[in-house]
Amino acid sequence: MNINLTLFAQAITFAAFIWFTAKFVWPPLMRAVEARQKQIADGLAAGERGKQDLEQAAKRTEELLREARQKAQEILAHADKRAVELIEEAKAAAKTQGEQLVAGAKAEIDQEVFRAKEMLRAQVAALAVTGAEKILRREVDAKAHADLLRAVEAEL
Amino acid sequence: MAAEAELTPTQYIGQHLTFNAKAVGDGAFWTLHVDTLATAVLLGISSIGFLWWVVRGATSGVPGKRQAFIELAFDFVDAQVKDIFHGDRRLIAPVALTVFVWVLLMNSMDFLPVDWVAKFTHLFAPEGFRIVPTADVNSTFALALSVWLLMIYFSIAVKGFGGWIHELFCSPFGANPVLWPANFLFNLVEYVSKPLSHSLRLFGNMYAGEIIFLLLWMMAATSLVGTVFASLLGLGWAIFHILIVALQAYIFMMLTIVYLAMAHESH
Repeated sequence: MNINLTLFAQAITFAAFIWFTAKFVWPPLMRAVEARQKQIADGLAAGERGKQDLEQAAKRTEELLREARQKAQEILAHADKRAVELIEEAKAAAKTQGEQLVAGAKAEIDQEVFRAKEMLRAQVAALAVTGAEKILRREVDAKAHADLLRAVEAEL
Repeated sequence: MAAEAELTPTQYIGQHLTFNAKAVGDGAFWTLHVDTLATAVLLGISSIGFLWWVVRGATSGVPGKRQAFIELAFDFVDAQVKDIFHGDRRLIAPVALTVFVWVLLMNSMDFLPVDWVAKFTHLFAPEGFRIVPTADVNSTFALALSVWLLMIYFSIAVKGFGGWIHELFCSPFGANPVLWPANFLFNLVEYVSKPLSHSLRLFGNMYAGEIIFLLLWMMAATSLVGTVFASLLGLGWAIFHILIVALQAYIFMMLTIVYLAMAHESH
């Protein structure tokens, strides 16, 4: 038996076998490995992204809340101010109205006083005329003495 | 291989099928196959060492290529165990993984060109050194026997010693005392046949593979044409052998899981 030929055949076969393995057995294995790696990496990345999104959303919520709170406070302050203003306005209006009322009343009173005075004057004049008649014991001709009478009346 | 003398085909095959046997006592039984033992231990340590090395640097993030590969193998074995065995997998899954990886590696030794390896092993073992441990019935039987012992251990652990004895006599035919001998005989056959079929299936496949390679190399030695043909056929057989190697490791693992799962079931 020649040993060297056998060795030769075995070497060729072994080399070809290694080539076959590298060409057809190894790649599918590597593909599976890489697919697994990719799947895990994608999953982890998705998880990380979700976490970031959540954080961002939380931050935004906080911001919105703070804004809303601030706005509410502004509105409250505005309302307070407006209320004070309204009260002041109402006060001023009431004051002027009161003054007007008082003035009106005063005018009315003045008028009443004036009218009373006039009436009084007329009555006094009548009285004076009657007194004068009585003193003169005769009729005073109203027509003849109208000028006189009116002068007396005006004096009163 | 002795270079000075021309070898006959019988001698060639005979030499390649000679174990590196060391007698450690009187009688044929007290012999150690040093080659089988050394190769198996070397492969076992290197595979476990590789797994340990990868797993030690394992990350829960995106795995490297090595880790992803180990994870794929691990998931594969774990899925098989989960399918067959519904219970605590903490012992059975590692057993299955060990058996699968180890047997796969031992089977893979068949791919190495025997005469080249022989050139190297002759430096320290001129009388012969077989590098396929699973082509030695001793190692396959040792594996099957270990599984067999685990099987009995789990049977007793799950059902109790009394339960196990009860099962030996009362299943599968019934608890009637008349049926006890039949049940026992049936179980005895089962207990004997399990490790035998488990180990001989693997041994037979690997041994046959080895023989076919040796026959092809003998053909290669006849002439130049023989060398070319033997190379081509050897390549074909090696490629087909990938299937056998993986399949036999898979079958060995599946039988291990099935036997251990059966030991957990009460009848």
